[in-house]
Amino acid sequence: MEFTDLQVQRYSRHIILPEVGGKGQKKLLAAKVLIVGAGGLGCPVGYYLSAAGVGTIGIVDDDVVEVSNLQRQIAHSTGTIGMPKVESAKKTFEALNPDVNVIAMKGRLNKDNITDVLKDYDIVIDGSDNFPTRYLVNDACVFMRKPLVSGAILRFEGQVTTIIPHEGHCYRCLFEAPPPPGLVPSCQEAGVLGVLPGVIGALEATEALKLILGRGEPLKNTLLIYDALTTSFRKVKVPRNPDCPVCGQNPTITELADYDAGYCQR
Amino acid sequence: MGEEQKMQEEEKPVRKLDIKGLVCPYTFVKAKLAMEDMEVGEVLEIVLDYPEAVNNIPKSMQDHGQKVLKVDKTGDKEWVIVVRKEKD
Ligand SMILES: [Zn+2]
Repeated sequence: MEFTDLQVQRYSRHIILPEVGGKGQKKLLAAKVLIVGAGGLGCPVGYYLSAAGVGTIGIVDDDVVEVSNLQRQIAHSTGTIGMPKVESAKKTFEALNPDVNVIAMKGRLNKDNITDVLKDYDIVIDGSDNFPTRYLVNDACVFMRKPLVSGAILRFEGQVTTIIPHEGHCYRCLFEAPPPPGLVPSCQEAGVLGVLPGVIGALEATEALKLILGRGEPLKNTLLIYDALTTSFRKVKVPRNPDCPVCGQNPTITELADYDAGYCQR
Repeated sequence: MGEEQKMQEEEKPVRKLDIKGLVCPYTFVKAKLAMEDMEVGEVLEIVLDYPEAVNNIPKSMQDHGQKVLKVDKTGDKEWVIVVRKEKD
């Protein structure tokens, strides 16, 4: 493809970077990224990937926009309250950049549909807010060998890690199984500083862009932890676990399963 | 052939880019895109009329590892920059 004059202008700050250039920008335009969740993390991730000119962005979420979301979910607005989050996000992303094709999927990933959803994408970004989805997405990405950028936020602390299945660690190498439902803070208890998902989401988007461009070092075998109160970033080494139930030498998990029971669904 | 003649042969542009009317940063953006389409060793001739870019393009090209062969003023408000691609 050749750039239009408008594209040369829109992406000029990318094109003049030696690490991106016209070639890198064309990779971005050809890339297909799936974002799981259109909430606190999914909004900034999709916003920046759209601005960067990632050509196809799939986004999956089953919620509708509520006023309490707007303290942090920046792709939605007062005017889209009541609208499915994926529709609200699609509207925002396509308004920012008409080069981007946003595929909005209202629904929840489960063991029966996830393979079909993931198969069309090069990279998966997890911005989900619950353990059942987090583990389901991890396992599916390991089985399908899809790079996965995973982020999580709670109160003033966030985490990011990049999973390259069978090359580096996976989520289960880090935490073998979801915590028991009673130990997870319920919706009512779980507060979050509004800007925190912006920081973590921007880091996830950066990881995805690096993977598409083939530049830099992804957070492979590494967990990055950000503490907003002390403004500190900490990198923790996460080696691959040879006994990992899903990506280890003798995996005990060989098919997808749902872990919904007992968890707060929001 | 003589050394002089050989030099001139090596510096012969395979591509000419007219960016008259463009201002920074699009002057360099266009020049960089043209370079990306060329092979290492090939030479690009850029014609421009934006005075600032006469300094900026050669500097940016050097920063990106390319070789600036010459910068000529060819008219009242026209310059020619010749660059050889050294790296991808
Ligand atoms: Zn693992």
